[in-house]
Amino acid sequence: MMNWSLAVPELVLACCGMAILLFGALMKRRETFHLASMLTIGAFLITAMLVIAGPHGLAYHGQFVADSFSGFVKLLVLAGSAFAVVASLDYNEHENLRRFEFPVLILFATVGMMLMASAVNLMTLYVGLELQSLSIYVLAAFARDQLRSSEAGLKYFVLGALASGLLLYGISLIYGFTGSMQFDQLARVLADPARVSPGLIVGIVFLVAGLAFKVSAVPFHMWTPDVYEGAPTPVTLLMGTSPKVAAMALLVRAMATPFGHLLGQWQQLIVLVSIASMLLGALAAIGQRNIKRLMAYSSIGHMGYVLIGLAAGTPAGIRGVLLYLVTYVFMSAGTFACILAMRRRGVMLEQIADLGGLGRRDPVLAMWLTVFMFSMAGIPPFSGFWAKYFIFTAAVQSGLWALAVIGVLTSVIGAYYYIRIIKVMYFDEPQEAFDPRPPSLSLLAAGSGLFTTLFFVFPAPFVGAAETAAKVLFG
Amino acid sequence: MIAALAFYVFAGILLLSAAMVVSARNPVHSVLFLILAFFNAAGLFLLAGAEFLAMILVIVYVGAVAVLFLFVVMMLDIDFAELRGGFQRYLPVGLAVGLVLLIELGIVLGGWKLAPDAAALRFAPNLAGAHNTAQLGRLIYTDYILLFQAAGLVLLVAMIGAIVLTLRERHSALRQDITAQQSRSVRQTMELIDMPIGAGIGGSGTTGIRRPAAPAPAPAAAPAHADHGGH
Amino acid sequence: MAPLLANYFPILVFLVIAGVIAVAMVGGSMLAARQKPYAEKLSAYECGFEAFDDARRRFDVRFYLVSILFIIFDLEVAFLFPWAVSLSSIGLFGFLSMLGFLGVLTVGFIYEWNKGALDWE
Repeated sequence: MMNWSLAVPELVLACCGMAILLFGALMKRRETFHLASMLTIGAFLITAMLVIAGPHGLAYHGQFVADSFSGFVKLLVLAGSAFAVVASLDYNEHENLRRFEFPVLILFATVGMMLMASAVNLMTLYVGLELQSLSIYVLAAFARDQLRSSEAGLKYFVLGALASGLLLYGISLIYGFTGSMQFDQLARVLADPARVSPGLIVGIVFLVAGLAFKVSAVPFHMWTPDVYEGAPTPVTLLMGTSPKVAAMALLVRAMATPFGHLLGQWQQLIVLVSIASMLLGALAAIGQRNIKRLMAYSSIGHMGYVLIGLAAGTPAGIRGVLLYLVTYVFMSAGTFACILAMRRRGVMLEQIADLGGLGRRDPVLAMWLTVFMFSMAGIPPFSGFWAKYFIFTAAVQSGLWALAVIGVLTSVIGAYYYIRIIKVMYFDEPQEAFDPRPPSLSLLAAGSGLFTTLFFVFPAPFVGAAETAAKVLFG
Repeated sequence: MIAALAFYVFAGILLLSAAMVVSARNPVHSVLFLILAFFNAAGLFLLAGAEFLAMILVIVYVGAVAVLFLFVVMMLDIDFAELRGGFQRYLPVGLAVGLVLLIELGIVLGGWKLAPDAAALRFAPNLAGAHNTAQLGRLIYTDYILLFQAAGLVLLVAMIGAIVLTLRERHSALRQDITAQQSRSVRQTMELIDMPIGAGIGGSGTTGIRRPAAPAPAPAAAPAHADHGGH
Repeated sequence: MAPLLANYFPILVFLVIAGVIAVAMVGGSMLAARQKPYAEKLSAYECGFEAFDDARRRFDVRFYLVSILFIIFDLEVAFLFPWAVSLSSIGLFGFLSMLGFLGVLTVGFIYEWNKGALDWE
């Protein structure tokens, strides 16, 4: 009666999480952080294999779906979370955060994100989102003895709870006016335009507002710079990768499937949010001195570009969204790996000026950071360019000319501050060299860097997978 | 008639106490008004037929959450005068947001139009003869098992989070470690020495009670000690 | 709906009576008794001394930890009520489903026990 096996990857991951938690709790007073992190990465690998091999279909009374879209998103989420665990290995050792709860919380957040990717019911959506958010609130405040980290956790928690409230209010309005929380039934009910009432539209607006908070799109972005700056850097890496992917996937599925017939209603909203995010991301980042804050504004801008693809409302647009997210995860993880390598005499540095003369002191690190900055600015042949290319062509095909033009203009403005970092690295006064890099960070930076550089050589598997995934939503 | 009257009484008190929660000067009073609001919301749930939710609201929210709020309010140690200043300052913004929400509610009510098949689509089967709690029970653990287990995970994360963020290892605390106590042997704790009569413990180079880190007394000082020994 | 609410009618009557008595007592004493309020009557009484400091102060965060853990298990117990009521109709599957849920929380319980979150000193 119930096709429970579709959720095996989630079940396995959750069980692994509990096993690691028990292991850490029972091995009292011994160093378990490193081992727990390794086990977590192993659990991610096993889950990824299960996701790839798993069957497709609808399960749990229409609350859960496994299809190529969810599979694509889940693999990306697992990659982002694994990057965060790798990045934490060295950082947590040095910053005295050696506690096995860290990887376990990342793991449970990932379970939440996988649920989000598979949600075809407004309730599953909410529960997945809460599981993810709750874990990340704790992670943001993980360095509890530092004022900045506690402040970041508290800010994120209070604003996140507000966003969850908006989301729930929207869900209850949608349920009240249509009588269903299931995406397919909603789509059936709303196929007839006569059934659409203003109350339902208000509900959709609240739903979008709640999700826009999670992807930190303007005007729900206020938390981003402070939380990015205050949270421990591996957590910032996590926040910049997988939760963004999961929340964006959720937004895409929720808009495209149940409310696909109301494209005209939500399209203006997404266009507005997208333009505002691109502009703010480009303009507010210019004055930043702290590289983590800069990355926060940069992520706001990138989410603006991703939303263009959603606004297009076509399979090509959704394909663009997925490809952009893939390249964004790798660029973002790589950049944060470089930021994590910025340590001098055991003290973590976060100012852009600290990168001065890196080109001569540490040419390899400077090279990778240059690759990521060029890619974020959208300069060919790096992956960021191709992502923007797919998004903009989809927008033009849907007749959203204005959006595409604004996107190109803000990319040009954004290029200014990305290239400023490169200028600082190669042309500013050389400073004292950084401490030697641990192999985990070198590996992360090199891996993401190679992906970003060589994406144009082998785009076919990614484009193909994204295309199949996007078509599912328009089946 | 009575039900309608009760609805208006509960709803009225709920609104009043909610307003008092945000406008009361003393945060402890705010929490008490919040408890009143919870009680009245429970009454409303009851009128709507959601018996179980009403009871849970009383047990969990009034019994546990409100108590936690009281703790937090007392822990915060706030300067109340400063808070009140903020209230005055943010009043216009708050009113504006409230107005927007009010207008939106107006839109919702103005366009009140349920989809025609909404009632038919509704999930919960109204099982005749089963009361509210049993109806919920038949759905939560079978049809909604995925969400039920996910809710368990949310609770687990909450547990980990609370411990990670607040628990401090207290090394000064004297904990009983029963395994260590049981596995201690006599040799680790006691030493039996043959003492010559009249020599005293001071000069023998040991103190009878074995202390692991105690340095042995210097031999030069031994005769001086021996003079005083024996008492 | 009507039979359900009829069950609660005595409670409503009880609430009304309680409200009337409370209002009557407070209102009656306000009307009948002599009121001479002044600030000293409202101040804290501490065995004849002036109050040393404010009663409101920071509590140890451990109180907070205990109450959070209490709420979590309180919620867990809340899930047991509908389960117990409907166990006859949800069968073995429903029983195992609850066992899974309790298993997750038992993992949490073992964790907090081993971390020493339940020890006071």
